[in-house]
Amino acid sequence: MAKLTINGAARSVDLSDEVPLLWALRDGLNMTGTKFGCGVAACGACTVHIDGEAVRSCQVAVGDVWGPVTTIEGIGTPEDLSVLQQAWIDNQVAQCGYCQSGQIMQAAALLAETPRPTDDEIDAAMAGNLCRCGTYPRIRAAIHDAAQKMQEA
Amino acid sequence: MSRIGKIARRSFLIGTAAVAGGVAFGVYAARRPAPSPLSPAEGEVALNPFIVIDRAAVTVIVPKAEMGQGVQTTWATLAAEELDMEPADLRIAHGPPGKAYYNRAMGTQMLPVANYRLSNWQENLGAQMAVAGKFLNLQVTGGSTSTADGFDKMRHAGASARETLKEAAARRLGVARSALKTQGGAVVAPDGSRLPYTELAADAAGIDPVTAELRPQNAWRHLGKSQPRHDQAPKATGTAEFSIDVRLEGMKFAALKRNPYQGGAMHGFDASEALDIAGVERVIDLGDGVAVVASNSWSAMRGAEAVRFDWGKGSYPETTEEMFAAFDTAMKGGANSTFLDRGDADTLPNGATEVRADYAVPYLSHAQMEPLCATALYHGDRIEVWSGNQIPIHCRAAAAEEAGLDPEAVTLHTPLMGGGFGRRGYTDFTRYAARLAVRMQGTPVQLLWSREEDMTHGYYRPGAIASFRGAVRDGRAVLLDGRISGQAATPSLVRMLLGFAPPGPDKGHVEGAYDQPYAIPNARISGHVAELDLPVGPWRSVGASVNGFFFDSFLDEMAHAAGADPLTFRLEMMKDEDPGSAAVLEAVREASGWTGRTPDGVGRGVAFCHSFGTPVAEVIEVHRTEAGIRIAKAWIAADPGLALDPGNIEAQLFGGMAYGLSAAVHQQITFADGAAEQQNFYDYDAIRMNTMPEVVDIRILQSGDGIGGIGEPGTPPAAAALANALFDLTGERARRLPLADQFDFVV
Ligand code: FES
Ligand code: FES
Repeated sequence: MAKLTINGAARSVDLSDEVPLLWALRDGLNMTGTKFGCGVAACGACTVHIDGEAVRSCQVAVGDVWGPVTTIEGIGTPEDLSVLQQAWIDNQVAQCGYCQSGQIMQAAALLAETPRPTDDEIDAAMAGNLCRCGTYPRIRAAIHDAAQKMQEA
Repeated sequence: MSRIGKIARRSFLIGTAAVAGGVAFGVYAARRPAPSPLSPAEGEVALNPFIVIDRAAVTVIVPKAEMGQGVQTTWATLAAEELDMEPADLRIAHGPPGKAYYNRAMGTQMLPVANYRLSNWQENLGAQMAVAGKFLNLQVTGGSTSTADGFDKMRHAGASARETLKEAAARRLGVARSALKTQGGAVVAPDGSRLPYTELAADAAGIDPVTAELRPQNAWRHLGKSQPRHDQAPKATGTAEFSIDVRLEGMKFAALKRNPYQGGAMHGFDASEALDIAGVERVIDLGDGVAVVASNSWSAMRGAEAVRFDWGKGSYPETTEEMFAAFDTAMKGGANSTFLDRGDADTLPNGATEVRADYAVPYLSHAQMEPLCATALYHGDRIEVWSGNQIPIHCRAAAAEEAGLDPEAVTLHTPLMGGGFGRRGYTDFTRYAARLAVRMQGTPVQLLWSREEDMTHGYYRPGAIASFRGAVRDGRAVLLDGRISGQAATPSLVRMLLGFAPPGPDKGHVEGAYDQPYAIPNARISGHVAELDLPVGPWRSVGASVNGFFFDSFLDEMAHAAGADPLTFRLEMMKDEDPGSAAVLEAVREASGWTGRTPDGVGRGVAFCHSFGTPVAEVIEVHRTEAGIRIAKAWIAADPGLALDPGNIEAQLFGGMAYGLSAAVHQQITFADGAAEQQNFYDYDAIRMNTMPEVVDIRILQSGDGIGGIGEPGTPPAAAALANALFDLTGERARRLPLADQFDFVV
């Protein structure tokens, strides 16, 4: 029984410690915003933050989680959107939408470190996040857009 | 009770039905109404509704799968236009399986005539075939037909709803219907007072539906403008529910493991090691594979890897080499089709220069982002299924068959799909979930395919080879003779959809080659079908995904042999044959500033393909860098006839191109010892943020006739445009995919 802090709340998961965080979230806690795409760190769909750092939750055993976890559910809700999520909507990024939780978590970590990323910095940060619908041009636009709005705010 | 209005155009009737607290508007097929898919509400029979208005809201029902293509928003906008409502004020629901939701446009696509040449009588005949399709259970999202299918039906339903609601208001107020207006979801009386639709809905149920003329295009307020998609906020917040997100009280998580020798038998298995894994509860025999049931998906997938199997072999060739040798043999045999056979394709015209080239493309997996998955709960006398699929009637039938129940005892929910690209047009993932649930009566269970399980099992895009011979003279092609050979993608699908194998020559196998708008006096395309038992099926753009590369690459080789600019070469042969296609090519020339010359270290290629009724041209620019070749820039032009939602069309075009580039650069499914070799994204990569070209400009033309598809036509030109650009950069022809085997790309 692992004890975690997720989106600011203390949670315990009734699964063995070796189960990856991804599945503790999805199957143990019914927090399905974080997605499964590959299970081998090759797609980025499962990206969450641990202690503010973007990590692939399919690769971290729930017993090894080293700090507070933030998931897409902790970034904002349809009623209370973060600036980044609003930029995603304004730029009409999602097609099927399945990869977008991971994209947004990766982008949030990028913007926290690099408030005004260049195109090269976006390439470097986002290269691990696959989108089979090919929404990349709009992801890029949304990141630039959010960066600008965050600075104005 | 239900009421029927006048026949709108030739082929369908407007109908209404009372529903609890309101009214449903829909469209009947003219010949014979199909049985209603909605369960009767309060003793009333509901029909095949597209718009339901009750006390709470106006809801549009979209019987189309949402796989990312934005179909739900476009269909809502069609209704909103006639209803005088803001599209965002409509609620959207996915329709249940129902014969009445037949796909009218897909019938037209089954005709063996090049799309750009479809004449009126052929379109009418196609519509007739589609009416027949209704009786054959064709509720299908596919073939890029959704917008064309809904274009008339949704607007007629909207117009009829508006006028019938006005009639209800007229009777209440004692004024003539013509004295009333509609605005913002309400009928407006002459004195300016407002009667919301939701308040009039119950009255409207008792009135014969009024049919109305559709609004002319120049009166449209929403159609033709980019609409915000209703699914953006849920998808940006992780609250959108995909198949894999279904969670039910007491649900178990299961992983599927099937024979890697596809279609081979399971002679036996030993589950003892799997059952030792923490979290694993049961291993259930599914006949040709097993499901490992656990407390979570990860334990289930580990368990599935720990089961030891005695697998029988498949009945197809064991290696890629043998498969392609079978294509070679088929190519030497008789042709399955020669849809294009013009002039004399056997004789080299006098004074012409001969050109020859052979091509090959590999088998491909769809690799949609969400691995296959479905959830089911069996109650003994009924079964409930959650499955993101493109063919709900068939999925319901499959679940019924597994449970030994009537289709009426199946409740099928269709959640959002994390990509489809053709893979969700099959019933297998639904069927296995139902089979498992029957063994676990009373317990809901979600059956997940690991990425490896998904990738190592078809239905694959078939591999293919081509052998082209052509001739050029005075800067023009005077001969083109192409032979295409491979497994055919669509017969297995049609057999599953209709219950019989399609007779006659296979159009899908050669589309993208036989149907291109070029005036070449001597031209022939012959299709040679190799019959192998490997499961194959449609993959975004189907035959055009193969033939778009073969055909257009060869045109580029002929242009080079003729000493002509490759874009001008195509344009010259196209402009009299099909001015609409020529306009698209002109548009991409202008957008990209095409001069036919590129500086050192830069290469450019152009390609064109007419597919699903939409001509698309793409220009790709590649740069030589220290890290390798970079796909730097892209320009796209397309003419979907009418652009109902330009923003969404752009997204489909650049997304379709990215899908084609991913395959062109990286992807192949190869076979050794009878099993697929690629497992996951580390050996089946795709275009990523850092390798996606900058999409500099997208030009959308609107010739105005008909509505072409848009979900697929962006894909076919991508591989050829890239290969042609690589030739321009390196002088080396790229005749086999994937291109990463031959060129060093930036990764
Ligand atoms: S699921 Fe974790 S990276 Fe793909
Ligand atoms: S939006 Fe479909 S995979 Fe990214």
